[in-house]
Amino acid sequence: MRCDNCGEREAVIHLTQIVDNTVTTLHLCEQCAAEKGVDTAEQVAKYPLGDFLASLGEAAEAGGAGGGACPACGATLRDFRQTGRLGCAECYTTFAPQLRDLLRRIHGTTQHEGERYGGAGAPAAAPGGGPGLAELRERLRRAVEAEDFEEAARLRDAIRALE
Amino acid sequence: MIDLSLIPDGGLSWLDGSGPLAHIVLSTRVRLARNVAGRPFATRSGPPERAGVLDLVEGAWRGSPAGKGSVRFALDELDTADRLLLHERHLISRELADAPGAREGRSGAAVLLSGSTGVMVNEEDHLRLQTLRSGFALSQAYAELEQLDAALGAAIPFAFHPEFGYLTACPTNAGTGLRASVLIHLPGLVLTKEIAKVLQGLTQVGLTFRGLYGEGSEVVGNFFQLSNQTTLGKSEEELLDHLGKIVRQVVTYEEQARRVLLRDAPTIIEDKVWRAYGLLRYARSLSFEETMNLLSGVRLGAGLNLIPGVSVYTLNKLLIFTQPAHLAAFEARVPGDSDAGAARAGYVRRLLDEEAARGERPRPAGT
Repeated sequence: MRCDNCGEREAVIHLTQIVDNTVTTLHLCEQCAAEKGVDTAEQVAKYPLGDFLASLGEAAEAGGAGGGACPACGATLRDFRQTGRLGCAECYTTFAPQLRDLLRRIHGTTQHEGERYGGAGAPAAAPGGGPGLAELRERLRRAVEAEDFEEAARLRDAIRALE
Repeated sequence: MIDLSLIPDGGLSWLDGSGPLAHIVLSTRVRLARNVAGRPFATRSGPPERAGVLDLVEGAWRGSPAGKGSVRFALDELDTADRLLLHERHLISRELADAPGAREGRSGAAVLLSGSTGVMVNEEDHLRLQTLRSGFALSQAYAELEQLDAALGAAIPFAFHPEFGYLTACPTNAGTGLRASVLIHLPGLVLTKEIAKVLQGLTQVGLTFRGLYGEGSEVVGNFFQLSNQTTLGKSEEELLDHLGKIVRQVVTYEEQARRVLLRDAPTIIEDKVWRAYGLLRYARSLSFEETMNLLSGVRLGAGLNLIPGVSVYTLNKLLIFTQPAHLAAFEARVPGDSDAGAARAGYVRRLLDEEAARGERPRPAGT
């Protein structure tokens, strides 16, 4: 099948749109799809981090002067955009709102459920011990804030079970 | 050249093929990413900061049970050939193997090794704890790493956040910092053309696949590395359990595919695996890629009991020692040299001849 737009290349993307109850299907080649700004599933799957970083950079530039630097290491969101690497542990606190968004895209959640580190000199908490009530309530608050209602429902049940 | 004999077992104990499901699963690798609290991550550190981290990690490592009888390689003191040698043994990442010397800024990068378990220091993260096991052995591998993690974490403060878990330079590793991967040989699924479906299915259940050398590497010789895609939001046990379940399923599919091949095309399969063996046994020049593909055929033949007397150990050994840096180091050739093909074929022939001689020895004379 030829591309509906250029009529030259093979159509690989089939875009179905519903506008005013009318279904239209566009058959596009990769180049024309890209020109029209259609995100192919492949691109999204291939570059979730890259795309996100690009949007971060735009946001940072819109906010002027790189959008603030991490007080501990001086890294900015623009640095993160360029390298894909954070500068230090403190960056996670400095850029927490943006990172929550990113972590949800990558992992589907922001809440660590694994082993909890007890700090140097202390033995690591026994795995499977589970979080306490206060911890769960805090997570519930964050889940509601983030509009992650699936997670919130799960936490609510966990809190009830503990209570 | 570095003295690899300093590493207990050369870091190659996993080659023995002693692990569970070793006829299909070559090895299991687990790694944990950790960073030292209160210090900039390795990619944002200068030489003094990286040296400081290395000192700290080495001190903790020496105090841990793994530290006894271990060996340390400072990667900025090694030449490229030596670094590639460690990379081909899956003991250091491609990133560290490629890293230029101290002047270019990868000072303080090192690997601390105790057999197949070790720590890469100043890679993308300050610490990358890793272990390799023969066959399908996720829980054993993780148990070993968990102990090392506890020992090092008690001596060094790790960067940890109550919400985000262990903090890593790249957010794709945050949370548990755990990446478990299983190196699996799937010629049956490739030959029956079912592999695309299986690989597509993997991505839908939160797993990812790579080639023999991990991230960004090509699939050669029908070897696939299956690993967890996400590291946050699930416990270590859940992540391992999920990967384990899927790997077992993939092994079942592979076994089914092999049965189908034997049932529907027995002559074609028998011919294919013996041709592969014949070429390896008698060829006078072999490229790396051709060797990998032929080894895949012979491995399939051995797994189906079509080719008797070729052990998984010999096949694993061929896999490691026919790689360019190993060949150059042990067969005294320059990597990429036009003679490399001849040296590779010579090495393969020698190993297979020895194996055949061992197989023939018990037979009475004259038969």
